[in-house]
Amino acid sequence: MHKVLLFVPCLIDQLYPEMGVALLKLLRHFEFDVQYRSDLTCCGQPAFNAGQLTEARAVARGVVSTLCSDSLADTPVVCPSGSCTAMMRKFYPELFHGQPEEKASCAVGSRILELSEFLTRYDLLGKLRGSYQKRVAFHNSCHSARELELRTEFRALFEGIEGLELIDPSPEPVCCGFGGLFCQKFQGISEGMAITRLEMCRDTQVEEIVSNDPGCIMHMRLIADQQGFKLPIRHSIELLVDAMKIT
Amino acid sequence: MASASEHSQFIDRSEVKAADQTHRKRLLKVIASYDSVVTNQKQHQFHDWQSARETAATIKDYVLDNLPELLEQFERNATANGMQVLWAKDVADAHTLVDEILARHNIKKVVKSKSMTSEELELNEFLEHRGIETLESDLGELIVQLAHEKPYHIVTPAMHKSKEEISEIFERTLGCAPTHDAEELTGIARDHLRQVYITADLGISGANFLLADDGSILILENEGNARLTTACPRVHLAIAGIEKLLPSITDLELFLPLLATSGTGQQMTAYNSIIRGPKRPHEGDGPEVMYLILLDNGRSTIYSKPEVRASLRCIRCGACLNACPVYKTVGGHTYNTPYSGPIGAVITPHLKGMKEWGHLAYASSLCGACTDVCPVKIPLHHMLLTNRQEAHAETPSLFWSSALKLWAGAMQHRFIVDNGARAARLGMSLLQLCAPRLAKKIPKPAARSFSSWWRNNEE
Repeated sequence: MHKVLLFVPCLIDQLYPEMGVALLKLLRHFEFDVQYRSDLTCCGQPAFNAGQLTEARAVARGVVSTLCSDSLADTPVVCPSGSCTAMMRKFYPELFHGQPEEKASCAVGSRILELSEFLTRYDLLGKLRGSYQKRVAFHNSCHSARELELRTEFRALFEGIEGLELIDPSPEPVCCGFGGLFCQKFQGISEGMAITRLEMCRDTQVEEIVSNDPGCIMHMRLIADQQGFKLPIRHSIELLVDAMKIT
Repeated sequence: MASASEHSQFIDRSEVKAADQTHRKRLLKVIASYDSVVTNQKQHQFHDWQSARETAATIKDYVLDNLPELLEQFERNATANGMQVLWAKDVADAHTLVDEILARHNIKKVVKSKSMTSEELELNEFLEHRGIETLESDLGELIVQLAHEKPYHIVTPAMHKSKEEISEIFERTLGCAPTHDAEELTGIARDHLRQVYITADLGISGANFLLADDGSILILENEGNARLTTACPRVHLAIAGIEKLLPSITDLELFLPLLATSGTGQQMTAYNSIIRGPKRPHEGDGPEVMYLILLDNGRSTIYSKPEVRASLRCIRCGACLNACPVYKTVGGHTYNTPYSGPIGAVITPHLKGMKEWGHLAYASSLCGACTDVCPVKIPLHHMLLTNRQEAHAETPSLFWSSALKLWAGAMQHRFIVDNGARAARLGMSLLQLCAPRLAKKIPKPAARSFSSWWRNNEE
């Protein structure tokens, strides 16, 4: 049995625990020995994106030290968010540049895999079999597309799902307007961006939107609700677990 | 309290524009039509767009690594070509130089071709203030000038105007009959401008590139107006940023198609002029005198900061504006600065002060679409992050910095995280009762965090 550690993003932890549970089910379905550590609260991105490196380091330092602890040092980490993965892989080395944790933070980054990377690495894509009779738009997060360079990898997640018609609403990834604290600091812009994105998805006549990032999901759900878009927006894992009838 | 005012004005303007459906739809439509030709052109004109970008970035980095030497080389060669090269440290310096030129040549009337550096200098207002009649000759620039507005976009200054609005502006300012036919509207501007070229004393232009080895300036355009602006009046003044250098005339084989493709999806712009100086003794046409003002105006500040120096690679193609979802939501005027969109948000705080303009760094979701399309590979959205670090270090927002300090403290303890969320959930329930509209803007924490679910079910 392979050991794997869950990195549960703060938004999933606090707002959408069901997404974390769905991931757990999926991993157990493939007979992983799933580990979880409750002291992994957040990757520290909100402070990093605000330019507050001291605060970002304070939070990220905890992540690095937990992930490097003896019992977990060789365990791969799976993260159901492109954004947190990008933070830990791409921005930790920058955040800890010249700090005592620099080397450890670089090592951590290479161990963390975004969901689609993880399923690819463990050769599980072919085993994602199920059925789901819907036309679904995939909203790729900017961080997974542009920081992790996962531009089309998401397609493979759904290839074995019979009946699922997967739509990519735009040739290039388009931002949902979340942007972390940006959506609070510049509410008008953020809302306008979300409306543009939601209209783009709606115009492809889909019945549902799935995404690989809880941040995008949260923001699109809020604006869809405010603006009366009748589109369910879910995490790809939730769709997979449903389609594969994993209980 | 200048900082609060630019920032809060930005927010006010952005709220208005973001809520304006007509504006958003028009902008999206105009930009989408550009997007499709740009994508097409990248594939058809370049064997490998990515390596073209890589090469262009390398050449511009070479320029930046050798900027002082190349500027001196350019000055020597341009002077030998008969150009009078002048240096301006800042806006005041440039204004003094312009004043001297106006007086020396007894200038009464000016015609201008499109120039973003002249926007930095607010040259139209400056000339108007001195009682000098000044007319823009680029169609888009003319439209916004007649409408008493600023350019909306680095490349397409009147992209926000419909044919109907343009007709109304021309009718009101030029006294012509209304028409909604684009060709007729262009004809009206053309007729009007022909007279201006002949009667103007001074032609002012920008420059797209400065060639160090050739001592010449490049002007790229589609209307022929820059040729007339620089050739008809007896004096020509070009104004260019010091970063506009290319080492050699041979670099144009890459940079001309690169700029045209990224800017407008063209193979080449319709008119590409290499100007080496004023009229030669044996030539019949052209200005008697040509000046070139090399403008610093904050560029040295950018040059001195390693984290943002690469932003000086910019060739002002406007691709990052077209790609930017923020720009597409709020439009150009919201920024209240000559350079809008991602490149504007990156350079403006360094050109005009982080204190007053730092908010532009935060007005981004950091989606990275700008970086994806930049033909000289400027890591624009990562530079916004470093700008944020600088803004926070210089003038931290009391509210956000305290909030994040508290947050960072809380995040280091699971107990506080879960109990904090529980308290927030209670607060949200209250908010839903008292202010349901506000409550809709904030997501409600789950009844139980994943962590506590795990504790109950797995441990």
